[in-house]
Amino acid sequence: MYAQEVKSTGSKPKSLNSMSAKEKAFQEKIDRGQRIEPKDWMPEGYRRTLLRQMGQHAHSEIVGQLPEGNWISRAPTLERKTILLAKVQDEAGHGLYLYSAAETLGKSRDEMTKELLSGRAKYSSIFNYPTLNWSDMGAVGWLVDGAAIMNQVPLQRTSYGPYARAMVRICKEESFHQRQGFDIMMKMSFGSKKQKAMAQDSLNRFWYPSLMMFGPSDSESVHSAQSMAWKIKINFNDELRQKFVDQTAPQAEYLGLTIPDEKLKWNEKTEQYDYSEPNWEEFFEVISGNGPCNTERLAARNKAWDDGEWFRDGLLANSTKNQNSQIAAE
Amino acid sequence: MSDPRIHLALRMGDNSLILAQQNSKWCGHAPTLEEDIALANVSLDLMGHAQMWLGFAAEIECEGRNADTLAFFRDTEEFRNSLLVERPNVDFATTLMRQYLFDVWHLEQLLLLSQSSDTLVAEISQKALVEVRYHRERSQSLVIRLGDGTIDSHNRMQEALNALWSYFGSFFEDSKDDELLFDLQTSPMPSSLYPSVLEQLNQDCVLSTLKTPESEFWQKGAVQGHHTENLGYILAEMQYLQRTYPNSKW
Repeated sequence: MYAQEVKSTGSKPKSLNSMSAKEKAFQEKIDRGQRIEPKDWMPEGYRRTLLRQMGQHAHSEIVGQLPEGNWISRAPTLERKTILLAKVQDEAGHGLYLYSAAETLGKSRDEMTKELLSGRAKYSSIFNYPTLNWSDMGAVGWLVDGAAIMNQVPLQRTSYGPYARAMVRICKEESFHQRQGFDIMMKMSFGSKKQKAMAQDSLNRFWYPSLMMFGPSDSESVHSAQSMAWKIKINFNDELRQKFVDQTAPQAEYLGLTIPDEKLKWNEKTEQYDYSEPNWEEFFEVISGNGPCNTERLAARNKAWDDGEWFRDGLLANSTKNQNSQIAAE
Repeated sequence: MSDPRIHLALRMGDNSLILAQQNSKWCGHAPTLEEDIALANVSLDLMGHAQMWLGFAAEIECEGRNADTLAFFRDTEEFRNSLLVERPNVDFATTLMRQYLFDVWHLEQLLLLSQSSDTLVAEISQKALVEVRYHRERSQSLVIRLGDGTIDSHNRMQEALNALWSYFGSFFEDSKDDELLFDLQTSPMPSSLYPSVLEQLNQDCVLSTLKTPESEFWQKGAVQGHHTENLGYILAEMQYLQRTYPNSKW
């Protein structure tokens, strides 16, 4: 997911009886389905976990611009170029909504950015994979945005008001992106032999990294249990992953593509697909910095920040000059 | 003899296309998120203008081409964009100054073209004007603020202006087609725009504390398809998929 392996307090959720009066009132408000707003009292653990989750989510949107941005200059038609550019621009917009929502919890965008640039804050593992052919623009929309939507749709009901509202806007755009991705997949899969081969190659490379987006099984995780009690996480990772496989397998069949999993099969009893787990060793390597593109992705973000310092300083200096001259005139 | 409006449509469309192509490479790499979004927006508008102008060129040319074939299957000598828009991105100061110089010319040109005797030219120009007024306002504001920001930002913007200056003249290069179009009251002579464009630049320079270079020795040749070396690389990248997999549907 865009926020993977979010550590919470590390303790099991407290029972209502063992909570202080404030904590109890807070939890009951969440249990009633009411929203928590920035000025409301909240446990420190709730604030910190949310900041970590929203920060990771925002960083994923920003780093997520890079793999698709890689193909804007080479998009094959004017229309495809326009759609792709608009999509990558949307990702920057999502980052902006999420940083703004996270700022309501008392941490500035600059602080969060510094955490990303130094490697202290994480972003989704998926964006550390390369985009190697045009069909990857289809696969990213179809699979990566498709997986993201699985998590983001329930997050529209999350307990923190600014996060939930940001998610409403983001989900509208993400589902549009997913349809655009699938449209590219259709053109490629039903196109020439070479195009179809590109489509299959994209699916081969993006299938397991997409399954990894949901994170490892967390039904036993105390972090997930606490986040679910606070309604900042709505579903278990395996639940969402299964939903994703069940939705995607028939779409791959429609496209005439083969999902690279020999065990993938419809199970009459469970009424869902059986599938193979991704390689979790690879997942942990990628999130700890050893994926194929981790170095390039962080280097690109650091370069943008460092090279832009004069620009930000220049605008700030001008704004200070104008404020001073206004004060002098008054 | 071919319809001289093709020359005008290609000139307008190619300028927008090449600048959008160059700007779009900043997507994900700009100095602030807001700038990233704004520059992508400008590029999207320019892509829209390119589609309208190139579509118009293809229509009056009647050779079975469309905006895409014009964009992806012409070589450098057939492109009619100015030399300024094909200058490399270099850094954000150069990119911004290139955009500003383009916007000043573009707005002036569209204001005149929106009065064209040719209904289609006027219509396309009126549509583009709405967005280009905003582009001009945005880049002007940034150039003024950065010119009058820190010493570093001032120097960077001045260096960018100096480096781009001789290519800016490429917008004001006249050709025989321009004379025909002028006689038909379709479009103004390109050179006729220079005095008012220069006046606007000088006005903005007062606010930005930047200095317009005095030289009027211009790099020329774009109207005959003689470009700078960089255009070949821009096209090689942009046209790669269409050229490698011809006759495919995307």
